[in-house]
Amino acid sequence: MKGSRQTWQERFSPMTYVILAAVLLLTMLLCVCMGSVRIPLRETAAVIRDAVLGRSLPESTFRNIILNIRLPRVLCISLVGAALSLCGAAMQGLLRNPLADGSTMGVSSGAALGAAIAMAAGFSLPGSAFGGVTVMAMLFAFGSLMLILSLAYALDRSLSTGSIILIGVVFTMFISSVISLVVTFSSDHTRSLNFWTLGSFSGTGYHHARLLAAALLICGCILMHYRRELNAFAVGEDNARHIGVPVRRVKLVILITVSALIGVCVSVSGTVSFVGLIMPHIARMLVGPNHSRLLPASLFSGAIFLLLADLAARTVLSPIELSIGVVTSLIGAAAFIVIFYHTRKAG
Amino acid sequence: MLSGKQITVRYGSRPVVNDLSFSLEPGQWMMLAGPNGAGKTTLIEAVTQGVPYSGTFTWKGRDMRAIRPGEIARSIAVLSQQNTMNYAYSVEEVVGLGRYAHQRGLLGSGDTEGRKLVEQALAVTGLTELRRASMLTLSGGETQRVFLAQVFAQNPSLLILDEPANHLDLQYQQSIFDTIRRWLQQPGRAVLSVVHDLSLARRYGTHALLMKDGRAVSQGEISHVLNREDLRRVYDLDVYAWMRESAAFWTDPE
Repeated sequence: MKGSRQTWQERFSPMTYVILAAVLLLTMLLCVCMGSVRIPLRETAAVIRDAVLGRSLPESTFRNIILNIRLPRVLCISLVGAALSLCGAAMQGLLRNPLADGSTMGVSSGAALGAAIAMAAGFSLPGSAFGGVTVMAMLFAFGSLMLILSLAYALDRSLSTGSIILIGVVFTMFISSVISLVVTFSSDHTRSLNFWTLGSFSGTGYHHARLLAAALLICGCILMHYRRELNAFAVGEDNARHIGVPVRRVKLVILITVSALIGVCVSVSGTVSFVGLIMPHIARMLVGPNHSRLLPASLFSGAIFLLLADLAARTVLSPIELSIGVVTSLIGAAAFIVIFYHTRKAG
Repeated sequence: MLSGKQITVRYGSRPVVNDLSFSLEPGQWMMLAGPNGAGKTTLIEAVTQGVPYSGTFTWKGRDMRAIRPGEIARSIAVLSQQNTMNYAYSVEEVVGLGRYAHQRGLLGSGDTEGRKLVEQALAVTGLTELRRASMLTLSGGETQRVFLAQVFAQNPSLLILDEPANHLDLQYQQSIFDTIRRWLQQPGRAVLSVVHDLSLARRYGTHALLMKDGRAVSQGEISHVLNREDLRRVYDLDVYAWMRESAAFWTDPE
């Protein structure tokens, strides 16, 4: 690992964020234009501009497709991509494990089980039918995370990369079977097994986007608040304790925050694998490992990646539409092997 | 400054540190010596509140259990044996982490002294030129110097070392120990360290605590503690004879 000794600290420029934001906006615009019905870029931009400015426009097919179908979907995809990538970055730092992510560790599957049970049993919160599903997904995500970490800790006190992933894989397989049982016995009430295991954004609306935005804002602020602690954990948990980080409390807060955010994402879109695994690595290549820069960069990279994955899922085999998880898993599995290989080689 | 009273640490039902008491005063460099499994590292872990223990550690008259982690870190810094890195942080970023407990406010600012101390720590450990280097490009000796700089940046009055020069070549061992000895010269400072190499202990320590099977065999000034009989009892070996025989090899050829 010798070679250039220059670090990201020297190469980083705030312009990186400006470029990432511009790329994100362009990708969003592209995703709104493209699909089974192609809408000219100028038309799309005009409709969105008028809607944002509150101008009333005559009903048209394009306007209907853009504002009622594609825009809310694109917003949801961006927010889920950003949130999952943020969670991956935080978990990889906290656990000092480059392969940690909601999907590799089985947290997303746990959340999906919670959401599926809530739908099957018809749980709802007063004033919000969807709230019950989200809350159950959050609770199950946290429960799964605690269970996996406890099992991994019992097996290997150093919480090594290998043990966590191994337990995560077994846990995910087990949970998938339980979800299929839940789906089989309550087919009228819950969504398909495909939705829970591969994810989907069809039918997402502005109320989903609002929920995701609120969750991302709150959880994102909490994680940003703990950026220095995440750096300390990424250097080493013992080192973090020695420099004065209240290790247990900070770890618990970060794990709860990450579980809550993953839970909200899964309740909206099912399990979209590998975004949280790969995108923090891409962000690290752009801005380095310091969480002050890494967390914001992960937001952008996750959103852009998931938008492009969705675009590929909708257009590559058009008119057949693939599940978004098929695309992320195809890319993610390859990336997983590359990262795992490098980790083992370095370790 | 630091004292431990009737400290016991158990792993399961087995006591690893057993009813041990000691005290450390400013100006002292206390060496924890003893064979593998004597409980030295566990005692260090207990001092830094890393493992549950019974008994009481007192820091400047206060029970350490009642002191918050941040407050402890402002007074006590720890340099551990091995620090491997997974991510490409720069040397400066890792050294800067030593200021964590001193930083206040939402943005972690308000630590005006910090920048100066980080600069000094980089200079003292000879890392100024490597400040922007990625941790992943450093050798074992350089990495250990970065963590030494981090504890200096922490500006503690007690430095705890757990075999800091283990696995390092002679040049780095000497450089790290000499640097720590210079650091200790300032009034009000003390060092507590685990060292396997008794020659190093003898050379740099002022005091020693000799341990076997979790208990203190003897403690006090280093020349008294590392006496022939106690060392023989602890190591089941005539350490003096061994050291002399080893030293005999180091004469210039006639």
